[in-house]
Amino acid sequence: MAKVTVDGIQVEVANGATVLQACEAAGKEIPRFCYHERLSIAGNCRMCLVEVEKAPKPVASCGYPVMDGMVVKTDTEVVRRARRAVMEFLLINHPLDCPICDQGGECDLQDQAFAYGGDHSRYAENKRAVKDKYLGPLVKTVMTRCIQCTRCVRFATEVAGVPELGATARGENMEIGTYVEKALTSELSGNLIDICPVGALTSKPQAFTARPWELRKTDSIDVTDATGTNIRVHAKGPEVMRVLPRVNDAVNEEWMADKGRFSVDGLRRKRLDRPWVRVHGKLRQASWQDAFVAIARRLEGVKGERIGAVIGDLCDAESMVALGDLMTALGSPNVDCRQDGAQYDLGRREFYTFNSGIAGIEEADALLLVGTDPRHEAPVLNARIRKRWLAGAFPVGVIGTVGADLTYPAEMLGDRPSVLSGLLDGSVGFIEALRNAKRPMIVVGQAALTREDGAAVLAACWALAHQVGALLPDWHGFNVLHQAASRVGALDLGLVPRAGGRSVAGMMSGGVDVLWLLGADEIGAGRIGPDTFVVYQGHHGDAGAARADVILPGAAYTEKSGTYVNTEGRVQTAFQAVFPPGEAREDWRILRAFSEVVGHTLPYDDLDGVRRRLAEVNPVFARQGLPRFGGTDLSGPSGDLNAIGTAPFAQPVSDYYQTNTISRASETMAECSRVYARPVIQAAE
Amino acid sequence: MSGHFSAENIGHGTPGHAPRPETDHQPSQFSFDADSETQIAAILAKYPEGREASGVIPLLYVAQKQMGRQTGSAWVPRVAMDVIAARLNMPPIRVYEVATFYLMFNTKPVGRYHLQVCTTTPCWLRGSDDIVSACKKAAGLKAFEETSADGLFTMTEVECLGACANAPILQVNDDYYEDLDAERTVALIEALKRGEAPERGPTIDRFNSAPVGGRTTLLDEPNTNHADGQPGVMPTVEPGAV
Repeated sequence: MAKVTVDGIQVEVANGATVLQACEAAGKEIPRFCYHERLSIAGNCRMCLVEVEKAPKPVASCGYPVMDGMVVKTDTEVVRRARRAVMEFLLINHPLDCPICDQGGECDLQDQAFAYGGDHSRYAENKRAVKDKYLGPLVKTVMTRCIQCTRCVRFATEVAGVPELGATARGENMEIGTYVEKALTSELSGNLIDICPVGALTSKPQAFTARPWELRKTDSIDVTDATGTNIRVHAKGPEVMRVLPRVNDAVNEEWMADKGRFSVDGLRRKRLDRPWVRVHGKLRQASWQDAFVAIARRLEGVKGERIGAVIGDLCDAESMVALGDLMTALGSPNVDCRQDGAQYDLGRREFYTFNSGIAGIEEADALLLVGTDPRHEAPVLNARIRKRWLAGAFPVGVIGTVGADLTYPAEMLGDRPSVLSGLLDGSVGFIEALRNAKRPMIVVGQAALTREDGAAVLAACWALAHQVGALLPDWHGFNVLHQAASRVGALDLGLVPRAGGRSVAGMMSGGVDVLWLLGADEIGAGRIGPDTFVVYQGHHGDAGAARADVILPGAAYTEKSGTYVNTEGRVQTAFQAVFPPGEAREDWRILRAFSEVVGHTLPYDDLDGVRRRLAEVNPVFARQGLPRFGGTDLSGPSGDLNAIGTAPFAQPVSDYYQTNTISRASETMAECSRVYARPVIQAAE
Repeated sequence: MSGHFSAENIGHGTPGHAPRPETDHQPSQFSFDADSETQIAAILAKYPEGREASGVIPLLYVAQKQMGRQTGSAWVPRVAMDVIAARLNMPPIRVYEVATFYLMFNTKPVGRYHLQVCTTTPCWLRGSDDIVSACKKAAGLKAFEETSADGLFTMTEVECLGACANAPILQVNDDYYEDLDAERTVALIEALKRGEAPERGPTIDRFNSAPVGGRTTLLDEPNTNHADGQPGVMPTVEPGAV
């Protein structure tokens, strides 16, 4: 530790810390543009100048290591003048177009110019102009505004792992870009907008729609993947304008995947805003009462086992527990949350969660990916794997098919589950890497579980984890990576077919007479029997609503208070940012209201009541967050190791930008799919 | 202060060193020939495994020279940068950055003779403006960055070439022509047009950067008769010997 005095305040910081960190520890704010806590230090903006005693001139605090006994002054005339000079330099070429700049109001340069900018320019020369670059359909560039801090270059190279951005030419001609015109191939490109301290990189889909100070901010959780990214929903009036990530070091640090960030325009399109009832083959608008009565009539005399319910990928735990309770009340054992038919063992929670934790990835020292493509299933989690790989000595093995480069080198062990058997009997060389590791990690993806032999693959992975010493009292190296935000919550609530119940496949082709789809659009609605009466409760007019006999308009994730459990098993709460459109209602309220119509009134009337019920069903819901735990019970999930099949693992995600009803309704995501996904398919042909 | 406000016309550092590739004359492929491969093998032998990226600048030179041999225009097309990136196992953008940073690499085609006129202060004080206008006249050029109609000459304005004692300087491809004036510049360019290879170095009576017209100091021969058998000891100079 080094003792440093900052403006008379003594602080102790770690050896090797920078002066800037010491200043922050002392509570002194240092202006900066190029420095970013999660990126390497560039030291090229010079805004963070401070005075260090015995140093002949002001030093750039971001890259200056502390020494014991150092005396730093952050607020002297020398410092102020130096920073004013730097600001003047930055403004020589920076356009004064704040009134038409989308960064206005949340611009580091604008804010700091208030403190250090002059009231007029001393330059009569023309400002430099730079041609705008094309970085794809998500990031808009106004390169004349660029102050060349190179944060974007460092983010793309270090965090996103796509070294495609660079600074070409030099001096006054230096430009940031890709040199060759091409879209940035990253699922994290939206973060460039956040880290750009000026208005050079702004959001293309949300250009010129709102000013930051007009927006109402609500904390929420991203539901477009199972990472549970902490987000903040920015709304203007009744509309969600944009979504930005919140800092949560245990989950997403401060990054966010593009699908969650840019699919919000899908929340405005193809919405179900009133109930519909099919009369003589055609859907007609109806009142809530009529819709409920239509369902209740159809349910009359139908036996419990002829009623089924399927839960979609975006559901909150509140609506799921209400649906589960309703089905129990109706005497139905047919409830299933596994639209994709994945096989899990609900015996213990650790059989279906990401037990190492997302932050735990940084502690691992070897990784095996089985039937998963984290780059496209959970881009933010993948960035954490890359971060671990950058730290050195991290062998990664892959069993299965991945869509593109994972952004870190990985050994492709094969695409068949037989490789797992090979690892177990020691005939595949990668086993040494796992055995030698102190904290090995095995990640099982949905492509490994949505197969006939899914249970066997799961059991084999557990056996492998046990064999290589991944299950220790202080380390749990067995992980399941989910794709659906609702999945772990649903599994926690036990929403799989009960004894004698039918799974999703069993409910198809006339397996049930009445089928309740709670936001379930990915089951292949064409497979539902022609005589099955389908109730679709959800927020988007997608495959499920098209097949429905009654449509009950629900609320999207931004429109309701909901509890979500991420792939780690972390319980997180999202708050309501806007109201559902038209007559749409919060989903658990719809189910509660309907239960009254059929005479099985659910025993909760308010959100607190539902949440008490959640905690009653599974105590994990009573506690926010995630307790990390080690592997103590070594007995594995059920599943016959000998039943492992021979078919290769399928590619987990075929089109990252089109995986749920919101992203399919989004024009931005359709454009991304056109730009990014198609060329890959062509290349594969 | 008035003028065109397009991106091409504003900004005055080094004109025309466009960071964007001129796609219209980019060849579609590039591969190193046998000569270049020999040089590359020698270059890469200097760097330990995993550090091949250090060889990016020498390899860019190899590519530029090869283009000069093959097409008469020594420049580095983008596809050559891609080939280098693949060879050195580095992302293409890192090669683009280096190639566009150093003005010695031409990212668009140049004439057979690349006239690089130094206009930095010492050369300018010694009459580099005359050299520029002489180049324009003799080679038939109107401005910097232009290539003559016959494809022989491209004139570029460069910063200090480090030979200020011999200012003004014109660098033609790799060779320095020093102590120029307008007349001798025209003569040089005419000789190049005829396909001759004028001797490089000072164009006046001068050895390298030694004084014009011969030495002015140290005119006596040093005493090499080490009678005392102590080589390297300065001889005693008798007073009034000079």
